[in-house]
Amino acid sequence: MFVGVFFAWPLVTVLHRGLSVEGLDVLRSGATWRVVRFTTVQALLSTALTVGLGLPAAYAVHRLDFRGRRLLLALLTVPFVLPTVVVGAAFRALLPESWSGTLTAIVVAHVFFNLAVVVRVVGGFWTHLDDRWEQAARTLGAGPVTVWRTVTWPLLRPAVLAASALVFLFTFTSFGVVLVLGGPTTTTLEVEIYRRTVQLFDLPGAATLCVLQVVAVLLVLVVAGRLQRRLSVRQRLVRASSATHPVRSWGDRAVLGLTLVETALVALPVLALVLQSVRVGDHWGLDWWSALGVEGPTTRDVSAWDSVRVSLSYAAVAVLIAVVVGGAASCAIAYTRRGSDLLDSGLMLPLGTSAVTIGFGLLITFAVAPVDLRGSWIIVPIGQALVAIPLVVRTVLPVLRSLDPRLREVAATLGSSPGRTWRTVDLPVLSRALGVGAGFAAAVSLGEFGATSFLARADAPTLPVEIGRLLSRPGEVNSGRAAALSVVLVVVTALVVLATERWRHPSAGAL
Amino acid sequence: MSAGLAVGGVKVALGGHPVLGGVDLRVAPDEAVALLGPSGVGKSTLLRVIAGLVTPDEGSVTWAGEDLLGVPAHRRRIGLVFQDAVLFPHRDVAGNIGYGLEAAGVSAAERRAEVSRLLGLVDLEGFEDRAVDTLSGGQAQRVALARALAPRPRLLLLDEPFGALDRDLRERLGVEVRDLLRAQGIPALHVTHDEAEAALVADRVVTLTRGAAGAVLP
Repeated sequence: MFVGVFFAWPLVTVLHRGLSVEGLDVLRSGATWRVVRFTTVQALLSTALTVGLGLPAAYAVHRLDFRGRRLLLALLTVPFVLPTVVVGAAFRALLPESWSGTLTAIVVAHVFFNLAVVVRVVGGFWTHLDDRWEQAARTLGAGPVTVWRTVTWPLLRPAVLAASALVFLFTFTSFGVVLVLGGPTTTTLEVEIYRRTVQLFDLPGAATLCVLQVVAVLLVLVVAGRLQRRLSVRQRLVRASSATHPVRSWGDRAVLGLTLVETALVALPVLALVLQSVRVGDHWGLDWWSALGVEGPTTRDVSAWDSVRVSLSYAAVAVLIAVVVGGAASCAIAYTRRGSDLLDSGLMLPLGTSAVTIGFGLLITFAVAPVDLRGSWIIVPIGQALVAIPLVVRTVLPVLRSLDPRLREVAATLGSSPGRTWRTVDLPVLSRALGVGAGFAAAVSLGEFGATSFLARADAPTLPVEIGRLLSRPGEVNSGRAAALSVVLVVVTALVVLATERWRHPSAGAL
Repeated sequence: MSAGLAVGGVKVALGGHPVLGGVDLRVAPDEAVALLGPSGVGKSTLLRVIAGLVTPDEGSVTWAGEDLLGVPAHRRRIGLVFQDAVLFPHRDVAGNIGYGLEAAGVSAAERRAEVSRLLGLVDLEGFEDRAVDTLSGGQAQRVALARALAPRPRLLLLDEPFGALDRDLRERLGVEVRDLLRAQGIPALHVTHDEAEAALVADRVVTLTRGAAGAVLP
């Protein structure tokens, strides 16, 4: 119901507006197709590079046995949990001025951001791949290259494809990174939607681009799904860790070396960001940090601590909505037979729709009678919750589904009423999974930029919105403050996620 | 220099625990040897050392006097049949049996002929296009055997190949394999934990026993 009102209705509004005559004019403009072309090209380049660099790293941290393996995996994962604006700010701090607005800057940032996707998705699968197939091939006379080409690669291909599809979607719908690092000629559909809405007030045009975006995303999902079904191979997966081996061959050493270099490169932008926050002119100082407490040069500026307060209170509401709606939806899907698949995929839709489309849809739907929520703060956490709900469902549902139904039967035969059974059998498991889901939702809400940038009021910006605003202005004062504020955002997010992680349970699923 | 396989003083520790504590073993070029021993004693590890999948910490492995330890698994020409077939799930029966021939660069036409000959040997004529997940346990193990025989190994290692099957089928297949290998003139080292089966399939039986510093062959 919640998703229906706050997701489907706006989406229908966007479709309706986007297919209007004045909106369709956008499609006749050459500039639009240049944006589409650039969006696709940068996404393809980013995906190819991410997969190329991610595969060796996935192999190193999941198949090789060496000291510090877990630490390396954690370090490689850090970028993915960074808010996108922070990633943008970090690369602004790292890359030379002349790179600003180039395709290279965007692709490099995307690779940094998405490396974790490939390492996690492919590596997670690789860990469970039975290494005896490779051994059988070796005893049959296949050399290392032949083994990779004829055994490992065909078995790994579905996972690589899944990871590629995810990275392509993330980079195709990338907003924060491109808004910060892109220039007039290097802009994606997402940024163009934002520009048309906020700067040109061309709502019909923006709506048409949203439709274009949704169609493109659906197309990618369908093609990826088809390919995956065709390539998938029924196979038994083995227990993790039985398949790691010590670093012996020169090939293994080369792969490990490359992974170490990649990890160091991943740490660089974050380091640059921290350094920039304490670099004033040509000396070190805490000027930007002490400036955080005071209000900025224009009347619209608020102090950083106000943004922290705004971010935290929005996050609290968003988490509450996401956990209640996501938890209820998970139960509905897990306990009902008929229609549960439909509900399941329906709830995943916001994941495929970009955050910008969600924000834009909410903006144009609830800005008019009968429900005018435009001036109300509640619209912001609603948008953030929509982005977070699919994650909550993906976390909770597998746990509920894995619960052995016989446990409930045992409880019943012991004289427990259905209500008591649910409370004593399901609820303990459910609450732990919900805790993990709440952590995800909190991280998403705190770092959310795409939808929030449409919805947040100018006098109450969240941390990411404030960082984006500072970065859009020239001058050292603004970039220094943005860097300091980015560090604050990362620390706040880490603290909140760590606090919710206390409920973490090993059987809890993850996306 | 003796003919056939010679294993001398092989020691292996896995994860800090001694598994093999100095194993000596010979297999002549015309004999079938059964390797007995309780489960977990290190029989599989010994086979993997011989196949080249595990590098021993100490000791020697030679074939007709030639050192094998420096030779990678894919150049040893020693076949291995795993306990549970381990057929490639992304290839059909013909693709599995022809795998070693492909790696050796045999042409497609010759491969087809050889695969059908091998399927005849293991009593599975016409199974070329079957998907491997449609095979029964006994059929899968026969395909695995044909796959291991295809590149014409100089020695075949069998790691409890019929352990998962019921007793009747296990003994029948054991005898079939023995006769088949004898006819092809391929020596075999056949791991099992069943004494009756060992006596049935082999010319000679050796027993791996647990020792303080890892398993040994007395």
